[in-house]
Amino acid sequence: MEHAIETEGLAKNFGKTRALDGISLRIRRGAVYGLLGPNGAGKTTTIRVLATLLRPDAGSARVLGHDVVREAALVRQKIGLTGQYASVDEELSGHENLVLVGRLLGMPWRDARERATELLEGFGLGEAAKRQVRTYSGGMRRRIDVAASLVVTPEVLFLDEPTSGLDPHSRNQVWDIVRRIAARGTTVLLTTQYLEEADRLAEGLAVIDHGRLIAQGTSRDLKASVGANALHVRLNDEEQLPKAKAIITRILGDGILPEMDPRSVSVKVANPVEASKVLASLGKDGIRVREFSLGSPSLDDVFFALTGRPAEEQKPEEPASAPPVAPARRGAEK
Amino acid sequence: MSPDAMPTGAGAERILSRQARPKAASAPSAVLTLAWRAMLKIKHVPFQLFDVTIMPIMFTLLFTFMFGGALANSPKEYIQFLLPGILVQTIIFITVYTGVGVNTDIQKGLFDRFRSLPMWQPAPILGALAGDLFRYSVASMVILIVGFILGFRPEGGALGVLLAFLLVLTFAFAVSWIWIIFGMRVKTPESVMTTSFVFLMPLTFASNIFVELSTLPGWLRAIVSKNPVTHLATAARALTRGENPGDDVLWVLGASVLIVLVAAPIAMRLYYKER
Repeated sequence: MEHAIETEGLAKNFGKTRALDGISLRIRRGAVYGLLGPNGAGKTTTIRVLATLLRPDAGSARVLGHDVVREAALVRQKIGLTGQYASVDEELSGHENLVLVGRLLGMPWRDARERATELLEGFGLGEAAKRQVRTYSGGMRRRIDVAASLVVTPEVLFLDEPTSGLDPHSRNQVWDIVRRIAARGTTVLLTTQYLEEADRLAEGLAVIDHGRLIAQGTSRDLKASVGANALHVRLNDEEQLPKAKAIITRILGDGILPEMDPRSVSVKVANPVEASKVLASLGKDGIRVREFSLGSPSLDDVFFALTGRPAEEQKPEEPASAPPVAPARRGAEK
Repeated sequence: MSPDAMPTGAGAERILSRQARPKAASAPSAVLTLAWRAMLKIKHVPFQLFDVTIMPIMFTLLFTFMFGGALANSPKEYIQFLLPGILVQTIIFITVYTGVGVNTDIQKGLFDRFRSLPMWQPAPILGALAGDLFRYSVASMVILIVGFILGFRPEGGALGVLLAFLLVLTFAFAVSWIWIIFGMRVKTPESVMTTSFVFLMPLTFASNIFVELSTLPGWLRAIVSKNPVTHLATAARALTRGENPGDDVLWVLGASVLIVLVAAPIAMRLYYKER
């Protein structure tokens, strides 16, 4: 068996909404694979079908060779799922939650308790073991949730937006866990809206939009498919941005790329030599430049090139400009 | 959290290296584990027991002293009649918590985790029902103790009270399935509660829990006497008095079986249905 996950033309409707519209994926064993797309693209639905929680309306999906509909029980024996919400009992303590999962997996009480303690300590939750999960911070919840999926190391682990809502430090911790899990041979399929996350973690990526696969490959493949280089300029002063944009488009043409940071501008560059002129012109007009970099396009740019619109659909409750958070350059906080 | 709080070195290897799958939990063991979870919730949030302790005490005291003189000759006489009824009413009211619990678990994504585990799939529902038995028992104990203090002296003795309790439990178990359906259909735990009252108020008050059937006008008596809760209260009364409850028991058991036969398959279908 070559692939950990294989889907063929997966389709799923919710009422009139076509959530999945023919998703075909092949993910090799041991890979960290990312499903990338904006809210409502169909990432979560894909994961839920693969984790046996949803039946596809059409198409088929196999996890480690088992059909997710006909052999759901076999699939469940090999997977771990960490959903979008911390799927643990908030009223129970961290330790009790893990014992619960261990028991439900068939462990004797003693083993389940030992395993729970081991995991809590391993995930830096030893001191919070006896506290109710409702008192945990966002990062701690995420970790207990991931830990619950590892009570028995799964062969395939599904992580649905594992870092949404986390501060940069907690996010790095989750990334680190994911890498370690993968290094032990577990196949990881994760969904994310954060292009940087996919770029950092996943060796393979599928970009999903409106339930369709619009691109697939490594992040390098995807970036190469956009073809052009991109210039990123970050200013000291937000108010100078319109003026800077005018100068940039005069020199490089109208290839402005979507940008979340109100002090930054990104633009497609056909000829790198042209880009050097921009810096000189900006300086001449008194625009103070903090960062000036010419590189391959970011995955944001890729998404824009593929769909003609920015990847991150702004929701009304979100601040228009997310505070810049290291290491992600663009709005990583939800 | 400090960065070194993450798994490192040998510890990390250990926590990530458990490959051997235990043999899948048996169905009873999964149900018992989930009932244990229900107990833990009560341990952490004892306030949950407010409804099953304070409410029955309040009801028993209020109705006994407010209506005792008017409806019987004295509170002490009335409570012989009322107490089995209060037991019925209280337990039926608490059944709604099964639906509330199911709804909360769905909203919190907990059912997703359960459903992705290789366990006997109905276990979370049966586990919730098993946990509810504890609530029912607590509520019943409280009512009985308050009753004894107020002068409730059942002629049927401990056995009669126990049989009455078991009959009430049977009916409560059946009614719980209805709230499980609600719990799976509605959006919030609060709406499970609100919806339930629309059904529970008429069901319990349009019965002979508080008044004798003979005091009702004919048309109302005709309706009230068909209410399964009336049969339940009558049967529970007879059992606590040590009398033969006759057809009322059959009525209650029949209604319970019917409710389960209709509601349980619907509830299970909804459970397996995707959300």
